[in-house]
Amino acid sequence: MNRALYPLFAFIVLVVFLAIGLTKDPRKLPSPFIGKAAPTFTLPLLHDQEKIFAPEYMQGKVWILNVWASWCVSCRAEHKVLNALVSNNKVNLVGLNYKDEVTDARRWLSSYGDPYQLSVSDVEGVVGIDWGVYGVPETFIMDKKGIVRLKHTGPVTHKDVSEKIIPLIKQLEKES
Amino acid sequence: MIPELGHFALIMALVMALIQSSIPVIGAAKGIDSWIAMAKPIARLQLFFMLIAFAALVQAFVVHDFSVVYVASNSNTDLPLLYRVSAVWGGHEGSLLFWALTSSLWTGAVTIFSKSIPKDMLARVIGVLGMVSIGFLLFMLLTSNPFDRLAIAPLEGRDLNPLLQDFGLAIHPPMLYMGYVGFSVTFAFAIAALLGGKLDAAWARWSRPWTSVAWIFLTLGISLGSWWAYYELGWGGWWFWDPVENASFLPWLVGTALMHSLAVTEKRGTFKAWTVLLAISAFSLSLLGTFLVRSGVLTSVHAFATDPGRGLFILIFLVVVIGGSLVLYAWRAPTIRSTTSFKLFSRETALLLNNVILVVVAASVLLGTLYPLLLDALGAGKISVGPPYFNSVFVPLTIPLAMLLGVGPLMRWKQDKPARLIKALALLFVISIVAGASLPLLFPRYEFGAAIGLMLAIWILLSTLQGFRLRLANKGLSLQSLASVPRNFYGMSIAHIGVGVFIVGITLTSIYSVEKDVRMVPGEKHVLSDYSFEFKGAESIPGPNYQAQKGHISVSKDEQHIASLYPEKRIYRVQQMPMTEAAIDAGIMRDLFVALGEPRGENGAWSVRIYVKPFIRWIWLGTIIMALGGLLAATDKRYRLVRKEKSLDDNEAPA
Repeated sequence: MNRALYPLFAFIVLVVFLAIGLTKDPRKLPSPFIGKAAPTFTLPLLHDQEKIFAPEYMQGKVWILNVWASWCVSCRAEHKVLNALVSNNKVNLVGLNYKDEVTDARRWLSSYGDPYQLSVSDVEGVVGIDWGVYGVPETFIMDKKGIVRLKHTGPVTHKDVSEKIIPLIKQLEKES
Repeated sequence: MIPELGHFALIMALVMALIQSSIPVIGAAKGIDSWIAMAKPIARLQLFFMLIAFAALVQAFVVHDFSVVYVASNSNTDLPLLYRVSAVWGGHEGSLLFWALTSSLWTGAVTIFSKSIPKDMLARVIGVLGMVSIGFLLFMLLTSNPFDRLAIAPLEGRDLNPLLQDFGLAIHPPMLYMGYVGFSVTFAFAIAALLGGKLDAAWARWSRPWTSVAWIFLTLGISLGSWWAYYELGWGGWWFWDPVENASFLPWLVGTALMHSLAVTEKRGTFKAWTVLLAISAFSLSLLGTFLVRSGVLTSVHAFATDPGRGLFILIFLVVVIGGSLVLYAWRAPTIRSTTSFKLFSRETALLLNNVILVVVAASVLLGTLYPLLLDALGAGKISVGPPYFNSVFVPLTIPLAMLLGVGPLMRWKQDKPARLIKALALLFVISIVAGASLPLLFPRYEFGAAIGLMLAIWILLSTLQGFRLRLANKGLSLQSLASVPRNFYGMSIAHIGVGVFIVGITLTSIYSVEKDVRMVPGEKHVLSDYSFEFKGAESIPGPNYQAQKGHISVSKDEQHIASLYPEKRIYRVQQMPMTEAAIDAGIMRDLFVALGEPRGENGAWSVRIYVKPFIRWIWLGTIIMALGGLLAATDKRYRLVRKEKSLDDNEAPA
């Protein structure tokens, strides 16, 4: 066997892997929470800091948690999509206001519209760590048992709503 | 009109590259002199058209021609002129254009500095360089034309990525590309030698200066990138083992191995096949780097312009260039015979060890870089390999390399006596251990790692000086005898001392840096390793294409004022992207580094990040010294003298 052929073989193996790599998207990050119970938290509501919210309150309902912030530029683009989502469909949308000032967040909602059933404020961003938030915006969907079924990183588009979110919610609603 | 001219010039350059890579090569194979003679003029014509294309794109940026898609996406009327010019290579299409230009510049240089090289060899070298150009020109014309127009020109451009609006980054890519593409010259020499079937010492001698010059550019390019990341990203780090950083580091490692093995091939006529393989690998890794950066198969902080469609093209290009060369290698290498032998204890063995270590380091870095991709391709999940992996493989491998670096240059070719070396080095070895072990006592706390790093650095310094002294031993120390030492020996010694300086920098910075994240109200002070940082407040100031919050921090030590630092937090208007401009008080013994975080609360409070980084300058100082050593070695007059003699021989020998 000709030893001078070894580099060529090594290269062929490398090319095979590179070719497979091309077909994959490295930005698709699976969440380790998918199929697991949503991490719990207790946080004050954005509009009424006296009241609190915890994921357990949504037990028995299919619900969406959307992580947003007033300083997040792509949230602005996403906001129109969320407004349309709630006006055209019956969904439970909860906002998690992430690392934000309460006054900025309220002003933002009053000027761009408030699609959220309720928003909780996470000023310090503690919940973000538990939920494995990579960047804002991020969206999670939980089923009736409080198990995370979908994680979407980056702004949700109209296409995501019609192709991913609505079909999944419909399917989850049928589950008991 | 001018963008169309640029586009046309690109097509003409492609036509020239097609001629350049076929006619002279066929001429060399069949011995047709008139075809061989076409190599030089055609290569220069290709350079001419590339210069026109490049000038056309520069012009489009300077005059804000937003009808060109690439200009509209990477510029803005508020962008200062310097960054409008550097924006030419700030995005995907333009950086390809720049790459292709660099390639023809190197080819042009080969046509000028090649008087001593036999005509048929030169024709093959230029032909191979033409083939590389074809790949890049086709890539540009088929998938990424920088001259594409918009039907309706927008009134305003989308601006250059704010990260790239910086002087360091304006010159980092050109240096890096000069290095990457420079290895294509060594590659072309190797392929030409394989094609011609003449792998002799002359081939190695021709390749050496080109390899050194490419290596200098790559060294400086990587170093600039590291320096830029340090002051621009605001994390105080200087190396992140990011896939794209690794992509530049891999050709550097293999290129360093190549420089050393070329020395053996030239002087002793051994390691021939190995040297050819390294020459192919250095350039292949440069191309692989391009693939990784441009195809988006790996996520990276450098992911400015990625596109899988383009990835497919580069992959095909990789298969043709690398696959083709390796087939040629597999076919020709078995016929290569080494002309001399050497004993176990000899400089050849030392250099072989150097090569083995450098290649193993390169292989480990390559594995770590591609590992996420391999696992994903096997369906085994997504992971990312971080600094812990790289540091834990890199550091243990470089320790023996640094030890060897002290011994190797003192060893004799072919065979040496251990007793002679022990006599020359034993005392220095003891001094290095004692000095290295005691110096960390001067620092706030004793660290074993610091002792090891300092021992190695002192060992490299002392043994290099000893090598110098032995070289002069029988001549005595005088200006005359100093001048008699060949320039490439100075080059090697200086480059090795550069490695020592670099090791000091890395070791002390990694071990003794301190940092603090604090919330500061105006007037508040924080003390970090004897330095007192007082926050004087922040004010809003406008920039040409951004709005900045400029902080003022006064640093003092023992009641004495040291520096006033003005870190900034900028919001670039068009891209609405926040940027951190760190403020640094640089010093040979330490850097004071301050970055603004976020405003906190009503009373003018900010979160502020403070670092004290000892000896960090030594990292870049070391690389500059290494590059300087490379420059001395590359310009050794020995090459020029030998070349003249050699050219006489060639005239006598049948071509």
